Amino acid sequence: MKASVTKQVVDFGRLCRDFPILQKTNRGKTMIYLDSASSAQKPYQVINAIADFYMQDYANIHRGIYELSERSTQLYENTREQVKNFIHAAHADEIVFVRSTTEGINLIAQSFGRPRWQAGDEVILSTMEHHSNIVPWYMLKEQIGIVLKIIPIDDVGAMDIETYKKLFSSRTKLVAISHASNVLGTINPVKDMTAIAHAHHVPVLIDGAQAVSHMPVNVQDLDCDFYVFSAHKMYGPTGIGVLYGKKPWLDTLPPYQGGGGMIETVAFEKVTYTKAPQKFEAGTPDIAGVIGLNAAIQYVQTIGMENIFSHEQALLNYAEPKLLAIPELRMIGEAKPKVGVVSFVLNHIHPHDIGTVLDHEGIAVRAGHHCAMPLMERFQVPATVRVSFGVYNQEKDIDTLLSAIQLTKRLFA
Amino acid sequence: MSLRDLYQEIIVDHGREPRNFGKLMNANHCQAGHNPLCGDKLMLYVLERDGIVEEARFEGVGCAISVASASLMIEAIKGKSIVEVEQLFDLFHHLVTEGRESDVNIGKLAVFGGVVEFPVRVKCATLAWHTLKAALTNNTQPVTTE
Repeated sequence: MKASVTKQVVDFGRLCRDFPILQKTNRGKTMIYLDSASSAQKPYQVINAIADFYMQDYANIHRGIYELSERSTQLYENTREQVKNFIHAAHADEIVFVRSTTEGINLIAQSFGRPRWQAGDEVILSTMEHHSNIVPWYMLKEQIGIVLKIIPIDDVGAMDIETYKKLFSSRTKLVAISHASNVLGTINPVKDMTAIAHAHHVPVLIDGAQAVSHMPVNVQDLDCDFYVFSAHKMYGPTGIGVLYGKKPWLDTLPPYQGGGGMIETVAFEKVTYTKAPQKFEAGTPDIAGVIGLNAAIQYVQTIGMENIFSHEQALLNYAEPKLLAIPELRMIGEAKPKVGVVSFVLNHIHPHDIGTVLDHEGIAVRAGHHCAMPLMERFQVPATVRVSFGVYNQEKDIDTLLSAIQLTKRLFA
Repeated sequence: MSLRDLYQEIIVDHGREPRNFGKLMNANHCQAGHNPLCGDKLMLYVLERDGIVEEARFEGVGCAISVASASLMIEAIKGKSIVEVEQLFDLFHHLVTEGRESDVNIGKLAVFGGVVEFPVRVKCATLAWHTLKAALTNNTQPVTTE
């Protein structure tokens, strides 16, 4: 099944028909899904690809000598090639399948950081990081005594690059930053920030969870050392993610977990490991998840990443002025450029109460700290309401949101 | 189920202007409560004498339901014996999780009857009550809803 597109012109109004869940209701009302930054919904193309795989091609990979296993292995490895092309990596063996963005970051912390860093070594993060790009480094702080240096952000939600430049020292071992913020939407100047880090001979890890399904990503152009993302935020299944690592790094990193599939020989006296990327994929992986990721990449590529970016920018440009026109509304994150994410608070009305009213009107948004407590602290709010867009959203979704906000105001007046 | 059934006037009122808000300097039970999932936090102060809740106050941040619940709870427990407070806890808990009001009159607390329709909000309504229970048993660990 092809996505609903004709040549270069994409009819985004029709795309929501690709998503069976969007045909359902929410509290008896038409479902308006504005929580794609948390997780995106799944199109038939992805759901069917997984079902078809289990019905026609499934067997364990890299193990069987029978045709079915060969076919399964080929589909799995083809996806590695496809991911390579999708993020413009140089080699397919720079693509490691992991469970999620979170696991990718933990892998780098434990396989890259832990064996080679010492107490007092430093990692640079930013105030706007998701907990998944804070806690793995904090754990290293507890385990081996590394020091976390934090890039501040300004009042509109942009990285303070001048301070960033001053955070480097002879002890700086890694910069770990998000490509786009899950709360503010800010698209960070990661290419420039990578160049700055490289000038200090410091490698860079980019958390691409909020970027990869919303804009074209080229890891060679960014020149980052590591890039991580999850399939579930890009219309793919849960439980599968990607760690990209430059080949020289992956070749020298020790394995993350031990088990089957990542060894050459095993004796009780001596184990030798396979090369990257298999070295990092111990045990039977989420094969069907990889097949689902394959279908998800095909889905977004058929629409076109440039088209997706333009569509979500148009929604942002439609929504922001209308939201800002609400006198009681304070937007958190007004830096440009942004991905399709808008966070706000509404005077004395708590975000959870807003979330409940919106839910009652059929609208799914996220209300809370968004796994970014240091960022909430920075803006002195306990929580925000976050609206985020996907390919299936349309201007009328924003109109419904705006009337529901008016309803909320009346209810709490 | 309308939104007004959940957000009754009394809840909106107490959510915006909580009663008995602030520190209680002579409290003999102090207890912190926290809902880590949504960030609601409260500190509860209780002055208990001879098995009677003589005075209570609270401070904290949270949604309308959690703040109103703390505010209305304190109104309800003042002057009550510990045994009566424990009975109220059970009645309230039953109301927001099972939705059935028993024959016992629980007064204004009945406005929380709509919460049962919104399972994710049950923790908001019960945070203050769990904190109270811990305070009266002199549990020194902060209470969390998790």
